[in-house]
Amino acid sequence: MTKVSRRNVLKGGAAFAAGTTLGAPMIWAQNIKDVTLRQFGTGVSNLNDVANKVKEDLGFTLEMTALDSDSVTQRAATQPNSFDIADIEYWICKKVWPTGNLQAMDTSKIKNYDKIVGIFRDGKLTPTSTIAQGTAPHTVGFVEGPGGKEFVDNESGWMTLIPTIYNADTLGIRPDLIGRPISNWSELLNPEFKGKASILDISSIGIMDMAMVVESMGEYKYPDKGNMTKEEIDLTIGIFTEAKKNGQFRAFWKSFDESVNLMASGEVVIQSMWSPAITAVKSKGVPCVYQPLEEGYRSWGGGIGLSAALTGLERDAAYEYINWYLDGWVGGYLMRQGYYSAVPETSKNFMSENEWGYWFEGKEATDTITSPTGDALAQAGETRDGGSFEERMGAVACWNAVMDENQYMVRKWNEFIAA
Amino acid sequence: MALPIMAVLVFFLVLPILMIVTVSFWQATEFSIIPAFDLENYEFLFGSNVTYRVFFNTFKYAFITWVFTLSIGFTVAYFLAFHVRSLTWQIVLFLLCTIPFWTSNIIRMISWIPFLGRNGIANSTLISWGVIDEPLDWLLFSDFAVILAFVHLYTLFMVVPIFNTMMRIDKSLIEAARDAGASGTQILWNVIIPLTKPGIMIGTIFVVTLVMGDFITVRFMSGSQSANVGRLISNDIALLAYPSASATAVVLLLTVLIVIGILLRFVDIRKEL
Repeated sequence: MTKVSRRNVLKGGAAFAAGTTLGAPMIWAQNIKDVTLRQFGTGVSNLNDVANKVKEDLGFTLEMTALDSDSVTQRAATQPNSFDIADIEYWICKKVWPTGNLQAMDTSKIKNYDKIVGIFRDGKLTPTSTIAQGTAPHTVGFVEGPGGKEFVDNESGWMTLIPTIYNADTLGIRPDLIGRPISNWSELLNPEFKGKASILDISSIGIMDMAMVVESMGEYKYPDKGNMTKEEIDLTIGIFTEAKKNGQFRAFWKSFDESVNLMASGEVVIQSMWSPAITAVKSKGVPCVYQPLEEGYRSWGGGIGLSAALTGLERDAAYEYINWYLDGWVGGYLMRQGYYSAVPETSKNFMSENEWGYWFEGKEATDTITSPTGDALAQAGETRDGGSFEERMGAVACWNAVMDENQYMVRKWNEFIAA
Repeated sequence: MALPIMAVLVFFLVLPILMIVTVSFWQATEFSIIPAFDLENYEFLFGSNVTYRVFFNTFKYAFITWVFTLSIGFTVAYFLAFHVRSLTWQIVLFLLCTIPFWTSNIIRMISWIPFLGRNGIANSTLISWGVIDEPLDWLLFSDFAVILAFVHLYTLFMVVPIFNTMMRIDKSLIEAARDAGASGTQILWNVIIPLTKPGIMIGTIFVVTLVMGDFITVRFMSGSQSANVGRLISNDIALLAYPSASATAVVLLLTVLIVIGILLRFVDIRKEL
């Protein structure tokens, strides 16, 4: 990682400061070391390595707090003074934005804005792609101005979240214990895996996985999985409640570690899973595949939002942090864990050709692929589950979402758990 | 003398409870909590059959756990108080009972998970002994696992008060009973049990309130597949539905108070102590 230190941080910082309207860049340059920004978010991107690198490259302190999705939403909505930077998902943004606890960001201050992947700007990965169902990031990505409360459907220049990390999720399986190809979401409810299946107990994400399964079973075709009617919610949860009563599920999981343990211990052979959990299972020497499925992926995206209370020097530091975030080091780090970066081309500078080929282009690894922490994840000759970036992100069937009938859905979800 | 205690109680007990009661009448949307006086939370709670099922489940856990903790706790306390003759050994053995409590509740609970799992120690031992051919799935992520964890976690809360009251039984009463020709069972039934009632009652109150208020044990040991009232509340809180969580909490609080009220009818702890 010798390339990292070559970046002339001060030069970039000064150029950036000159462009801001908030004065006194000289004082700022001296004071920035005293700045402490408090960031919280889900475990996926709240990494201490990032905080250490920020200290090294930018000079200020970043305090990280990792929480689960529900707690993140709760904190962003109810404790606006407890954070400076919220690292949240787009569906959480849809819930939290109306509270006014976050402020829109001026895209003209974002150096790499033009290089951000289309998914987060006009919603299209390539000019010809269709937009998937659910809370697609671009639909909650922009507001009309600095104080805007309503989302707008164009690139207004005021972004709610600066995209940082995203991925396409599917089912994880234990190929050694299943012993045959799996290619549909409906396999989750296949009686063959009775007592050996699991689904995540986070209602807003779990309902989407359920919908993928129901559609794959041919039970129902949703007009919009991301915004179900009450009848559709009843139908979806009804099918899963019946499966639960028949003993289909071994357990439900709520945290990353639980999903890893269920899979690694062999309690479960097929379940909803997140990409780094697969990595974690593999690094224990247990075979585990993030199985691409015919119906496509359930995708999610996260981004950084600024607290409404953030002003002056701290806000300048936050913009500097965001620019640094999109500059490639973090992107490279995240991509070597199996996520995607919002600005892939900058991340490329921080990855070896072999890594870029394996993770992004879906090519065969030419050498051992290791995680950022040094565990071997793949050997030469192996390819990534699901292939290249375009193949994976191009096959997204729906985005994690918040529905209009969310409260009804949550109550039904509680009934499902208690059933 | 009583003033500082009153102040502490009012500030840390009465006020928070009043707050919870107040909030339970409020309304909530996705993003905000609206002060109001609305019975909607209670209407929903009493109108949903999930509530009744979950309360039933909570009572079920409490009752079964009570039966096991009482029988184990009473036996252990009886052994310590009447079979172990020297005070030193009583203290040594009693401390031995408390050793598991040096680690956290959660750790003691979670350590059951790898033990009871499909490929866990319990199953592989049973298979190697030839007792079973297939791993027993109901050992983990089941009501069995939940109750096992509860019994493991809370038996000591039974042992301590029962042991305490047993130690204060005047030994001459037992001798007198024996002199009068009572058999061992008669002594147990007519002398020891009546005299240990306050201890049993205190232990019962501990266990019942702990089990009824728990949510984390049920979540982990049932693999999130069962629910008790505590989990309803924690789900509501996670989803920012504070008013509805408060309403459930108020109903739970009243239920537990009623249960304790009934228990206290059987034994007047104040008089007995």
